[in-house]
Amino acid sequence: MDLAYSPEYEQYRMEVRQFLDTNKDQSPPLYGRGNGDGIARDWQKLLIENGYAARTIPKEYGGFGGEPDILKSHIIAEEFASAGVRPGHSGDNRLVPTVLELGTEEQRQWLVPPTVRGDMIWCQGYSEPGSGSDLASLSTRAVIDGDDFVINGQKIWTSGAQHADMIFCLVRTEPDAPKHQGISYLVFSMDTPGIEVRPLVTMTGEATFNEVFFTDVRVPKHQIIGNRGEGWFVANNTLKHEREGLGDPNQAENRFREIVDLMQRETIDSNRLIDNPTYRDRLLSLQGRMLAMKFNGMRVLTSQIKKEEPGLPRWIIKLQGCELNHQMAAMAIDSMGELGILYDDGPYLRDQGRWQQRYMMDLGLIIGGGTAQIQKNMIGERALGLPKEPKFEKPLN
Amino acid sequence: MDFALTEEQLMLQESIGGYLRSACPLDSVREATGVGSTHVPKIAAGLAELGAVGILIPEELGGVGMGFLEAALISEALGSVIAPVSFVASSVMAPVALLGAGSQEQRETWLPRIASGEVIIGVGISEHIGRRETDGIFADDDTLTGKAMFVLDGMDADTLIVADNEAQLYLVQASDVTRNKLKTIDRTRSVAEIILDQTSAEILPGSVNNRKHLKDMVNAGRVMLAADTLGAAGTMLEQAIEYAKERRQFNRVIGSFQAVKHMCSEMAADLEPCRSLVWYAAHAIRAIPDEATLMACHAKAHLAETGRFVARKATEVHGGMGFTDLLGLHYWFKRIGFDRQLLGAPEVVREEAAVAQGWI
Repeated sequence: MDLAYSPEYEQYRMEVRQFLDTNKDQSPPLYGRGNGDGIARDWQKLLIENGYAARTIPKEYGGFGGEPDILKSHIIAEEFASAGVRPGHSGDNRLVPTVLELGTEEQRQWLVPPTVRGDMIWCQGYSEPGSGSDLASLSTRAVIDGDDFVINGQKIWTSGAQHADMIFCLVRTEPDAPKHQGISYLVFSMDTPGIEVRPLVTMTGEATFNEVFFTDVRVPKHQIIGNRGEGWFVANNTLKHEREGLGDPNQAENRFREIVDLMQRETIDSNRLIDNPTYRDRLLSLQGRMLAMKFNGMRVLTSQIKKEEPGLPRWIIKLQGCELNHQMAAMAIDSMGELGILYDDGPYLRDQGRWQQRYMMDLGLIIGGGTAQIQKNMIGERALGLPKEPKFEKPLN
Repeated sequence: MDFALTEEQLMLQESIGGYLRSACPLDSVREATGVGSTHVPKIAAGLAELGAVGILIPEELGGVGMGFLEAALISEALGSVIAPVSFVASSVMAPVALLGAGSQEQRETWLPRIASGEVIIGVGISEHIGRRETDGIFADDDTLTGKAMFVLDGMDADTLIVADNEAQLYLVQASDVTRNKLKTIDRTRSVAEIILDQTSAEILPGSVNNRKHLKDMVNAGRVMLAADTLGAAGTMLEQAIEYAKERRQFNRVIGSFQAVKHMCSEMAADLEPCRSLVWYAAHAIRAIPDEATLMACHAKAHLAETGRFVARKATEVHGGMGFTDLLGLHYWFKRIGFDRQLLGAPEVVREEAAVAQGWI
């Protein structure tokens, strides 16, 4: 056990800090997406040049071309988070690794550089109304007609589809094959004729998700990643990259600090919120859980540095981290009493109303990206070795 | 940045764990506790031989001179087999007191004898966690008068370290006091009530008007109890998983039912991060002293909560059998319950964590 960073990494941390001090005036607002006003594009370009974004993506595909170094990535994430500066991106952390790993050279040249620049925004077409947790049962069809696939069907929960330039999409191309072997992974422009995007307003009042309808959408045959019928394998590669981002312990620690700040700053009847022993005890319980997850994250990081499989400590991150974030938002709301219900805007709103927003968003995250129940199945089956649910020959009604 | 056990620590874990699994099966725990024993000399001798008893004691004083993380690994191993032997008070809290506040003569007199297993030292400081049924302990010249409750490792001890009301620490001979066994839910460990009546006592000079050493003992003791719970809860979870893989109902093993599988996953998901918290808290005692109190409090409180959850759910996974004496799960259940209350229940300890970070 040695929690110090070696001098090389301490030096690297100083460089990142120095960079942020010098350049953070040029950064776009912390929250936001896309390259709308050009500030974000310039910021991303600057970050790539300095190795703080797209770090390990090869130069010929628009990245920095650095060697994979988990500790450096970790330091970058920590320093950007504690400076409150919008981090760079690696294009799309689901799509880009998948195309680099499983795409053709032509596909890499076509898709990766603009994505890494932030000029090509993606959405993910996986879930369908009838295929949520049982994703492999999806029924959006693609049939060959001449040089094209012709797609008909519907996707749902498509985050950011209204802003996206492109979609990576799972479609059924071999209807007679077993369900996991009949799927293909296609990429195409959201401007293709026959696509209709309908925003899906969520409980937060925002429309971050969409329903996407496909009617005779023609996609050239070569816009497939991997072979026909191998889409499930390709998609699992993507899901692996997506899940790792959910339940990040750095985020939980930052959020915890915000709550402590709120409870030390706000008063009810002239008493600080933190002086109420009931609320304080709840806050401390959350701190214990947060610290356990923080140190668990350090353990996972150590395994990754040593190129060891982290096992159980990693399997639990999404389940525990999302629940913890949700509970922390609840704590902040409760401690504010009546003020906690204020929303949208208004003179008395605290922290821009984000605690209610987070409380709801986090419930979405508990469900999304593999529901808590699916996570518990995976932990039970893959980490603890418990048997799967027996499969039935015929569907049960 | 290396948040993992070293090769040496893994070897220690393996050697102590391996020894305890063979030396201390449930049957032997039943046998020992059945006749009221909370310190089985044979197991203790084996532990002394492996260096576990003198884990914190410097080599020149007969120990192996390791740190609190190593001690926590031993505590975890003891909890996982619910070992009926003295450890938390005698091998951790007493050495902390003697090394921190003892005179050279006191250290040289007592530490080698602890390391060899020749003496057991009990610790009576519960009045500083919460005083009840007593006005505490008063010092007068070289004597102490009063009553100490919940003296840990107390019935098996040859010598005691007791704190007076000013948090000054004293060595007292067990033969000079009146000692009553307090029956608790956990029959694998001993706590005693100790009555002092102008009993001769030898002060640890470093503790004169200095509360630091008592605090160090409490921090170390709390981390050890947290580690003990980690071990006990880990075994309960393992047993629940094994049972869920074997027990059949409705023509299926019950672990294939999501209701049962999810209980196991929830236990694992709650318990696994606790391991990292215990490691960090144990490491912090020496390496990050500014955080030692905060982390000891959190480890103690969080393990108490998670331990209770696992103890309850693991019992439930076993159905009716979990409730019986036949499987003996209750030994672990009770050990976890004991660890929870001793040296401060979660609410009490969390409040100290609030103080430690200047919130109140």
